[in-house]
Amino acid sequence: MAAYVLRRLFFSVFVLWGAVTIIFVVLRLVPGDPAYIMLGPDADQAQIAALRAQLGLDHSLVQQYATYLSNVVRLDFGQSFRLNADSMSLVLQRVPATIQLASTALLVSLLIGLPLGVVAALRANTWIDRGISVFSLLGQSTPSFWLGIVMILVFSRGLQVLPSSGSGTWSHLVLPTITLALPFLAILVRLTRSGLLEVVHEGYVQTARAKGLLESTVILSHALRNALIPIVTVVGLQFGALLGGTVIVETVFAWPGVGRLLIDSIGRRDYGVVQAAILLVATIFVGINLLVDLIYGFLDPRVRLAGD
Amino acid sequence: MTDVTSTDLDVALVATPAKARARGRAGSARIRFGLTVIILYAVAAAIGPWIVRFDPVATRTQDRLKPPFSRLSDGSLAIFGTDQVGQDLLAQMLQGARISIAVGLATLLLAGTIGVTVGLAAGYFGGWLDSVLMRLADIQLAFPSILLAIFIAALLGPSVVNVVIVLAVSNWVTFARVTRGQALATRRREFVDASRTLGAGTWRLIRRCVLPACIAPVLVVATVEIGHVILAEASLSFLGLGTPASTPSWGVTIANGRNYLADAWWISTVPGIALAFLVVSLGVLGDALRDRYDPRLRSL
Repeated sequence: MAAYVLRRLFFSVFVLWGAVTIIFVVLRLVPGDPAYIMLGPDADQAQIAALRAQLGLDHSLVQQYATYLSNVVRLDFGQSFRLNADSMSLVLQRVPATIQLASTALLVSLLIGLPLGVVAALRANTWIDRGISVFSLLGQSTPSFWLGIVMILVFSRGLQVLPSSGSGTWSHLVLPTITLALPFLAILVRLTRSGLLEVVHEGYVQTARAKGLLESTVILSHALRNALIPIVTVVGLQFGALLGGTVIVETVFAWPGVGRLLIDSIGRRDYGVVQAAILLVATIFVGINLLVDLIYGFLDPRVRLAGD
Repeated sequence: MTDVTSTDLDVALVATPAKARARGRAGSARIRFGLTVIILYAVAAAIGPWIVRFDPVATRTQDRLKPPFSRLSDGSLAIFGTDQVGQDLLAQMLQGARISIAVGLATLLLAGTIGVTVGLAAGYFGGWLDSVLMRLADIQLAFPSILLAIFIAALLGPSVVNVVIVLAVSNWVTFARVTRGQALATRRREFVDASRTLGAGTWRLIRRCVLPACIAPVLVVATVEIGHVILAEASLSFLGLGTPASTPSWGVTIANGRNYLADAWWISTVPGIALAFLVVSLGVLGDALRDRYDPRLRSL
């Protein structure tokens, strides 16, 4: 187990290094002076010179990369010119709001998605299953920014029962949560359904039934538990899409999280904040996938015993 | 879940072969449905803008924010209403269909070319090249692709070409993985060995033996992915990072309507329905093709 944990940990660090490097390469690949691009046409010479010095643009690429890496390790993304504060601390202030939104959406998806998937699998090829499948297809295909707008039209403007923007009370959380959860929930339904349908044919499910166990026990603790193992990995990967979705949902509902800060900062060319926000979200995502991998290795010994 | 009886599952177990046949027939209905809708959209996008003219700079203040089915000042009927500058929404949506579909196809072409090339190289040659390329793919999969797209789009600025580049960069991995898997399996087959023994070179083996085996799964992936790509383009455009305001893709139109929700619900709502219906149809077609030709790809 220790070797497995180390291997996964190494891979996570490797991925983060890759993400940092991709950002560095993209910033240098874009034609033009990075300092000028990052500051925009309104910047004066002194600002450009200051940023050039901070990025080390006068040095060789290798030295620039070393400077960049050491800055990233020290979480130093420079000052935000717009908000006149340290970029990383600006982003960190916004993290709780995003975590609140993402975790509520995750919880709602699991609470609704898993049971719906189980029902669809148990009633495979009936009208209930088809209804759930259509719902899941619609959930995956509906653009979330549009769904958010329609819900604002219906619940905020039309019925006037829920606020259209802002945060603070639970009622502010309802519309953004539904908007963010729907695509994730839809994928979960599909995965649970197909996962469960795959294992109900397995011998151990028949054995469990032959032992005279209650059908609910057979399904919930024998079939579903094994069906869940592959679902866990995909859920971990799809969580990235959920985190990416917060950018859109926070923009639609003016939710004061990292995603909205990211979009505001892009509009104002505040690239220190942009990099800090992207790397922070990437780190959360990598961390969650590391956790998922460890849980997976714990649940299924074959995974940690097999070499990479 | 306590009301589940064992007969439900027994029926599901016993009925498997019949079910599979039924699904085959149902699959062809789904394929017909998906294809019909997609062809309708493609035709509308191709000839629509010629029939209902769209002029991006025209403004007619007397026709601003007219609801659907209004008569405009020139006597024409605005089926979907007009927007904040008096543009006919239908004309704008037909133009938008052109942009969204063109961006989707161009992205798939670029992402597919990169992905298939990488996948062939990794799967056929194996070794260190395979390790490097697939680690690169892993890094990218471990990074939320919309964030990568947002970052690159923010630096490049909004333009149609940039959207295609950005979306291709964040979508090549799926193509690479599928192609690699197929190439790995194919290069060990007897007919490839036989061709090699007969003196076929590497290039010929890849082109004539391995590549043809990859085409079916790659097309299935492309059908599944194009819906995602069109959605991603709309999302980027909605955020102001996709196509510029002068090129009204559906995402741009929906974003415009956001400022007029109180007076004109239709500007945001109608293009969203058009977008969702296209993506649903692509999803139905993609799923049906996958079930029929390559059930192993189900987890995509």
